[in-house]
Amino acid sequence: MSSTMHMHGGIGESIKRKEDGRFLRGKGNYLDDFVLPNMMHMAILRSPYAHARIKSIDTAAASAKLGVIAVVTGELMAQHKLAWMPTMSGDTQAVLATDKVRFQGQEVAAVIAETKYQAEDALASIIVDYDILPAIISPDGAKAEGAALIRDDKEGQSDNHIYHWESGNQATTQAAFAKAYKVVRLHTFYPRCHPAPLETCGCIADVNPATGKATIYMTSQAPHAIRTVFALVTGLPEQNIRIISPDLGGGFGNKVPVYPGYVVATAASLLLGRPVKWIEDRNENLISTGFARDFHMTGDLAVDKDGKMLALRVHLDSDNGAFFADAQPSKFKAGLFHIVTGSYDIPTAHVTADGYYTNKAPGGVAYRCSFRVTEASYLIERLVSNAAFELGMDQAEFRKKNFIQPEQFPYTSATGWVYDSGDYPKAMDVALKQLGYDEIKKDVEARRKKGEVTGIGIASFTEVVGAGHGAEFDILGLRMFDSAELRVHPTGKAILRMGTKSQGQGHETTFAQIVAEELGIPAQDVAVEEGDTDTAPYGLGTYASRSTPVAGAATAMVARQLREKARKLAAHLLEADEEDLVWERGKFYVKGSPERSKTIQEAAFAAYTNLPEGMQAGLEGVYYYDPPNMTYPFGTYAVVVDIDKGTGQVKVKRMVAVDDCGVRINPMIVEGQIHGGLAEGFGIAFMQLITFDEEGNCIGSNFMDYLIPGAWETPKFELGETSTPSPHHPLGAKGVGESPTVGSPAAYVNAVIDALSPYGITNIDMPVTSDKVWAALRSKGVTE
Amino acid sequence: MKVTMTVNGTVRSGDVEPRVLLVDFLRTNLALTGTHIGCDTTSCGACTVRMDGDPVKSCTVLAVQAEGREIKTVEGLANGAALAPIQVGFHEEHGLQCGFCTPGMMMVTSALLERNPNPTDDDIRWAISGNICRCTGYMNIVKAVKHAAQMQSEAAKAPAGAAVAGGGE
Repeated sequence: MSSTMHMHGGIGESIKRKEDGRFLRGKGNYLDDFVLPNMMHMAILRSPYAHARIKSIDTAAASAKLGVIAVVTGELMAQHKLAWMPTMSGDTQAVLATDKVRFQGQEVAAVIAETKYQAEDALASIIVDYDILPAIISPDGAKAEGAALIRDDKEGQSDNHIYHWESGNQATTQAAFAKAYKVVRLHTFYPRCHPAPLETCGCIADVNPATGKATIYMTSQAPHAIRTVFALVTGLPEQNIRIISPDLGGGFGNKVPVYPGYVVATAASLLLGRPVKWIEDRNENLISTGFARDFHMTGDLAVDKDGKMLALRVHLDSDNGAFFADAQPSKFKAGLFHIVTGSYDIPTAHVTADGYYTNKAPGGVAYRCSFRVTEASYLIERLVSNAAFELGMDQAEFRKKNFIQPEQFPYTSATGWVYDSGDYPKAMDVALKQLGYDEIKKDVEARRKKGEVTGIGIASFTEVVGAGHGAEFDILGLRMFDSAELRVHPTGKAILRMGTKSQGQGHETTFAQIVAEELGIPAQDVAVEEGDTDTAPYGLGTYASRSTPVAGAATAMVARQLREKARKLAAHLLEADEEDLVWERGKFYVKGSPERSKTIQEAAFAAYTNLPEGMQAGLEGVYYYDPPNMTYPFGTYAVVVDIDKGTGQVKVKRMVAVDDCGVRINPMIVEGQIHGGLAEGFGIAFMQLITFDEEGNCIGSNFMDYLIPGAWETPKFELGETSTPSPHHPLGAKGVGESPTVGSPAAYVNAVIDALSPYGITNIDMPVTSDKVWAALRSKGVTE
Repeated sequence: MKVTMTVNGTVRSGDVEPRVLLVDFLRTNLALTGTHIGCDTTSCGACTVRMDGDPVKSCTVLAVQAEGREIKTVEGLANGAALAPIQVGFHEEHGLQCGFCTPGMMMVTSALLERNPNPTDDDIRWAISGNICRCTGYMNIVKAVKHAAQMQSEAAKAPAGAAVAGGGE
């Protein structure tokens, strides 16, 4: 990169982050840091039972407690038609329970008090009389004969089935299976886990009784969509709703949905005429807000005698909890799971999915994942490695033999996806070389002969990120475009506002770099703002790795628009013809006379001071970008593990991750994203589990039970890179934040299964804990 | 009841219930919101401050237990405009993303560097093993602490009065 680029902070420069200063000084603006005058505090009473009928709720004693202003129940909410709210998947969800509680942790009542301590104190004085019902904690339980009907509130609902969904071609897939040399089956459970951002969810609702304006500070990854949902749910006019999403302490999908607490706090502020703050604690976050995964999957892979893949058949049962509140594009009931053919040229596939209600928390979110791609990637990558083990082929060779080849792009998959670009063999080769695959394989074989348990895992994932395009992808009918508004001030400094919302991804730096690249205004001179719906242009928000693919593209496009206006201004200043001007980043000069030039800053000044006849003043614009396709980042991850036979403990010795996300805008930030995702993938593979006992009690309701990897457990990561630009993105960029979480769990688990495969072990469900590994070894007589 | 402690070098007092947590006293009574709450169970370390020099998780210390003690929070790290070496390290090595764990991480590792000016990767990973970060995978936090250690050792070698280079905004 040239030194000029370095000064500007354009694309490809690892400039340090602009947003760091306030965080380093303890001056971030997280939700709980805001204090509004006359603010009250809300605490929520939650159900201790997974399934129970509410016989009565007595709030008299709680109402009389010191500092208590009001106790809100479902009955009160129902008087305002707010006891139920619509979900993002076309279902309904209770705001405060009126009839039954349907999962442990469900919202039953709320106390509004002068202080946080007083609000929490009063919860203990609310008396709820419950009639306990049997709890259903799995799809198998939900479909069992005589199973209790969870959603008896829904007219016409006679069982616990939510949806049936299919993709691909059943007939051609069946025909291909009939001719198969071998069919390899994997049944595996991707268990429920939780994104658990370090900052929990919350809001401050401030409804001004004089003006009717509702200002709601909210931990939201999608503030505009939430504003529209609020308008539709509450009936408040949309111009009177302002959502402000301040600095977010992580999100990972957990901060996409609308939670009952937001609705109750807003209703309370409306009724009481004072601001109401609600901040959930960790326990509430883990037991009631958007979870992830919980897919029971069976995959069959048909291969011929040469090891060529012929067909893929997948069925999954999805555990959706008590309300179908998955945050995903409306047309796709199992998200984007049908990307399940992955990186392989599989001629035909058939995918079926059934969703079930259970007595567990609702709200399946894309936890650092593009709507169920993680589950799909995990299944195919596990299945492919298992097939290689069963066929006696090398995991890497088997993959290479079946990869979609570089010349096949754009490639239409058996389930209809149009992959934009890729070079899978190259990413594989870079990863194997970086790992030293051939030597390690020899070492593994030698050590196995000595009785050691050791293995190598590979995963070559393909992600699909950057929704829309809007015709196919929408949230409640809102097309999944995104936006950027750029204003260049008279002094040549600028402000960029977008419809997305950073949760730590470094948008204030990355998006300023796009402006620096396109317009030549140094990144340091570009302020980036997101999250205030009164000022930012409408967008669908940040999740599913969509910010750079969609809002990043919008930023490039609006900057290019302003550059064209700046060209006219420069031509006017230089008294030259527009067509005779040459653009070199940061300035226009007259062709053949480079000394006759005007900088972008001079053109910006002229936009306010010295305009050509008939031109509107100002240098600003807005661009709404609806992408023509998704972007398809990919990569190969390789893991080496040692397993202690005596204890079942797995030690990750190496983790090599080669990612291809096209053009990297800030490589430092991209690498940071990959590190973080690899650690979360490690957590999911080995530690993080939300599970339930037979009565529906959530096990994993705090950080002592729900184990998050710390620095001591987390392996060291070795990163590599290839770059295959997206052909349709204006900068050639693809999304990346989720690739490592999508790709790595299979790589970790494949390494464990490779180590155990000599003993005939083909599956251990995640998290792969020592006790499970030990039990598997013991069942084969390997250990005592 | 009345409680008095020295916070970032200044004597501060407040009237609190005996059950009030130190983290709530700092955040609510003193408006020092740089110390965060992440879990309430002493598991995540977002609330870490230093009490008489030792890192403590302020969600499980009562405000009254800090009576007469020296408390240091993230707001006390920088010297005016000049960032402390640990802050510079986190900025230069991209040791933070969402920033929520960062104050606790810096309080723990600044204490580590006083005890052990030249820590290994494992020393650092062990020191921060009680602090959770969900964004960075810890790789760059380790580098950040090493960066700060390097800066401190260079400053120690430099002639007295030489200023530490600033970073960040």
